Amino acid sequence: MTTLFYLSSAVALAAAALGVSRRSPFHALLYVVVSLLAVAVVFFSVGAPFAAALEIIVYAGAIIVLFVFVVMMLNLGSREDRNEAALLAPTMWIGPGVLALVLLAELVVVLLGGAGAATAGTAVPPEEVSATLFGPYALGVELASFLLLAGLVGAAYLGAGARTTGGDR
Amino acid sequence: MTGVVLLEHGLLVAAGLFVIGLVGVLARRNLVFQLLSIEIMLNAAALAFVIAGARWGDAGGQVMFIFILVMAAAEVAVGLALLLRLARRVRDLDGDTVSAMRG
Repeated sequence: MTTLFYLSSAVALAAAALGVSRRSPFHALLYVVVSLLAVAVVFFSVGAPFAAALEIIVYAGAIIVLFVFVVMMLNLGSREDRNEAALLAPTMWIGPGVLALVLLAELVVVLLGGAGAATAGTAVPPEEVSATLFGPYALGVELASFLLLAGLVGAAYLGAGARTTGGDR
Repeated sequence: MTGVVLLEHGLLVAAGLFVIGLVGVLARRNLVFQLLSIEIMLNAAALAFVIAGARWGDAGGQVMFIFILVMAAAEVAVGLALLLRLARRVRDLDGDTVSAMRG
């Protein structure tokens, strides 16, 4: 599955470069989502299916959705005051769409070629990952939960402040 | 593909992604793009860990990936809350406008 690795690596690099260089935040978010999905395919191709699933669920599913919420809440003033039709123009989604189609083609090839074929490196099954995570790294898991709690409290405090005191400048 | 080639090329891809994110942080002044570029850089670091883990068949790479994921989630929550706060206050997302912050 060397082709899978190289093709999705190229897609990831191209989508990241295009996403960073866009002018509109929506364009950039579309490209970055495709880049993260391509990195997930890279994870899958090197034999890390658990990391690939987490990449899609947490990165593309949660973090980028947070970005979408914030970009929509900001409603960046008159400069970004474009109407719905402009957001749905083909120039908006044709680039990310083509790159995502490449990923879809890879997926179809993998599914038709059999599930066990998609390994270029040494496959590390999820059981081994979780055994390591809750074995030698159990302290790290506790620390990560502290970090998440701190992030939650900080975001809640800052967000509440933005709602109550942000208006009276 | 042998393990050494996988390691070299995978690390090259991770380095490329990291540099793209770094260029984004340095070249863009819009804070949304800077946060997005930081996400790309974190993702590149996580990719390097997973590639190395696949090279030696070690689960530690994916464990570190999970920790980076947790860190990225916490970072983006606080960062975006700060961004909202800033956008309400200065009506601008240019990071340079707050360079004279005091008090």
